Amino acid sequence: MKKTINIIVALVIVAGLFSCNNGGTSNKSQGALSSSAAEKVYVAPGELDEFYAFVSGGFSGQLAVYGLPSGRLFKVIPVFSQDAEKAWGYNEETIPMLNTSHGFIPWDDSHHPDISQTNGELDGRWVFINGNNTPRIAKIDLTTFETTEIIEVPNSAGNHSSSFVTENTEYVVAGTRFSVPVPQRDMSIKEYKGNFKGALTFISVDPEDGKMAIKFQILMPGFNYDLSHPGRGKSHGWFFFTTYNTEEANTLLEVNASQNDKDFIAAINWKKIEEYVNNGGGTKMPTNYAHNVYDDKTHTATSTMIKEVLTVNPIDIPGAVFFLPTPKSPHGCDVDPSGEYIVGNGKLSANLTVHSFTKMLDAIENKKFAGDAYGIPILNFEDVLAGVVEQPGSGPLHTEFDGKGNAYTTFFISSEVVKWKLGTWEVIDRKSTYYSVGHLMIPGGNSRKPFGKYVLAMNKITKDRYLPTGPELTQSAQLYDITGEKMELLLDFPTIGEPHYAAGIPAEILIPNSKKLFKLEENEHEYATVNDSEVKVVRKGKEVHIYMTMIRSHFNPDNIEGVKVGDKVYFHVTNLEQDYDVPHGISMIGAQTSELLIMPGQTETFIWYPKQVGVWPFYCTDFCSALHQEMQGYIRVSPASSNLELSWGLGD
Amino acid sequence: MKNLIKLSLLAIFAITLVSCGGDDKKAKKEKVKITTKKKAPKKAKTEKKEKTYDLSNKGIGPIKSVTLAADVDQAMATKGAEVYKAKCTACHKVEKKFIGPSPMGIFKRRSPEWIMNMILNPDEMVQKDPDAKALLMEFNGSPMANQSLTEEEARSVLEYFRTL
Repeated sequence: MKKTINIIVALVIVAGLFSCNNGGTSNKSQGALSSSAAEKVYVAPGELDEFYAFVSGGFSGQLAVYGLPSGRLFKVIPVFSQDAEKAWGYNEETIPMLNTSHGFIPWDDSHHPDISQTNGELDGRWVFINGNNTPRIAKIDLTTFETTEIIEVPNSAGNHSSSFVTENTEYVVAGTRFSVPVPQRDMSIKEYKGNFKGALTFISVDPEDGKMAIKFQILMPGFNYDLSHPGRGKSHGWFFFTTYNTEEANTLLEVNASQNDKDFIAAINWKKIEEYVNNGGGTKMPTNYAHNVYDDKTHTATSTMIKEVLTVNPIDIPGAVFFLPTPKSPHGCDVDPSGEYIVGNGKLSANLTVHSFTKMLDAIENKKFAGDAYGIPILNFEDVLAGVVEQPGSGPLHTEFDGKGNAYTTFFISSEVVKWKLGTWEVIDRKSTYYSVGHLMIPGGNSRKPFGKYVLAMNKITKDRYLPTGPELTQSAQLYDITGEKMELLLDFPTIGEPHYAAGIPAEILIPNSKKLFKLEENEHEYATVNDSEVKVVRKGKEVHIYMTMIRSHFNPDNIEGVKVGDKVYFHVTNLEQDYDVPHGISMIGAQTSELLIMPGQTETFIWYPKQVGVWPFYCTDFCSALHQEMQGYIRVSPASSNLELSWGLGD
Repeated sequence: MKNLIKLSLLAIFAITLVSCGGDDKKAKKEKVKITTKKKAPKKAKTEKKEKTYDLSNKGIGPIKSVTLAADVDQAMATKGAEVYKAKCTACHKVEKKFIGPSPMGIFKRRSPEWIMNMILNPDEMVQKDPDAKALLMEFNGSPMANQSLTEEEARSVLEYFRTL
């Protein structure tokens, strides 16, 4: 992409050289885009982008890091799926990160990244993302850009209304999309209605080290909980979830879940529930879920199975949960920077519904209820309505805010982004997307302090926008300048997986905290070899443990003999470099696993099962210096019956 | 969209081409000709027969001046030995030339400032300092790794070298 832009800019310069300044020729008249659009996204060689964008990798299970405005891809952070490039889920250290109550799961569907907040503003400590399929929440440390914690969510299925954080990152929430029997049991699917439950899970985040723990689960009626966002400012302490399938259909949902004229936004007073459980409320339920933590000191993850979860029945806590009627099967549930407006993006509705937090409190205060659903009070639509954006487009999905009184909503069916004004509900501008936009993102656009310079639209379909690549076309995002009254489309760029949602943050917040290396003296890995005098090869029965080091540009040891067919050979490899941006890789011929890619000061392990007699090489896979090609070694494999003792060396 | 940008800009390019007068065009065309890189003529290699060392070369980096006390500071040297073992022995052995040179007798070859700058600022040293550049060639291009020592640690390693 950079090259393309370079070429484009070069062409502009060349064109400029040739032009004779005879007046009248305006660049703007020459095409759909003015050259200023190119300038706005052009980040010159050696210069840095203004924002980071963390874009969900969808069915890749990962999280991609892009720069804005350039759209350049910097890193794909492995989260829920194995990544052979980085040995994520392959090396012995990270395999436990993908453990669940269903065993080792090599894949998931990652959806909604959200950056941690303090006082309602982005603080850039962590980004959270949900695994949709086998319900999990992951935490990525933004000093290392690595996944350091994954917690499984019990009693949940299709973990979709997740992973959004409260104003001080007190909680990250995980709401179920599919209601299920709680606890799971053998029962007729037809008995869904009234029997299945929808679990909304509040996971506490330790303010110091970020450690996650399930604080409580609210067992809601068996609707589908689609998306959510926290209250902020005046509505801090509340959380809002959209629902659909309030019909509680268990088959042909395409038709049967679209019958009701209105579904609900569930308003949850989590502070009230927190108080309730702190005072001993709730029911402890036996369950089984995995909590996986990666330790930056031992460079190793551990997985712990937890056997109990605290559940809460909403009708036991009067005043904690209410339903706000919202037309029709709302998707996005978005709260403006002031915390007053709650936007329900009714995806089958022609209009966009906006609720008022103040009015909601007033209706609750005066007990103006239209009825109840399973004992949960339903407020009157008219009593809580702040306003309606009339006929802005079709298929509204999701809204974000620029902090200047404007909202931006995506319309899936009509493929557009619509800018409208909070309070007056008038449509200000609309721009097409190419095509079928899902979510959009303004950096900080779901916080008290948005950085309203760009909006990033994430599309579901690209069709003719890129070179064809067979039946599967690239996924894509589109960047718009929103500094003016009218939006301006600046850039298309491809993305990995399906970009469901993104979180953006000014680069200047993250840059100072980005870790450059791991200190050798802090390496507490069980099999670390922190200097060359500790290099050794140890046999324990059929297990052979190689304590190996690597530095530009050799392995120590690089010659090993005495390994036998049938052994299980552990390579415990420590990168002795203490310089920025000098990882080394290692791979062994015939190893039925990935390479290792080891950061400076880090230790990683892979296992090799030698099956054939011979002398077999290993080598460095990441070009490290002028002598990278020389960075190699050999292991002699003798027959199982051999009596050859282990020996090893370097330069002997 | 990428194609659109390209096409529209190509169009601009084409239009501006056509819109110009003939003479003018020629003159300007030459300006944008891509020039191929000219290779600088290689200097004839002069092999040194005898090695002479420039002990006045302080190298390039944060260390401008080092004062060595008459006696070795044993505590500092002990600390330096530990740092050396932890961060340097992957490439430097006292008893022999290894990936890099042995530190034995280093003060006959290099100034204290040069040694510390080589430890603290190797990337710039091997690019700019004549002695460091020569060493890089002598050791087949194997780079001196920056092991991120603090100045204090580098100073202690220097003190350790005095005991060798």
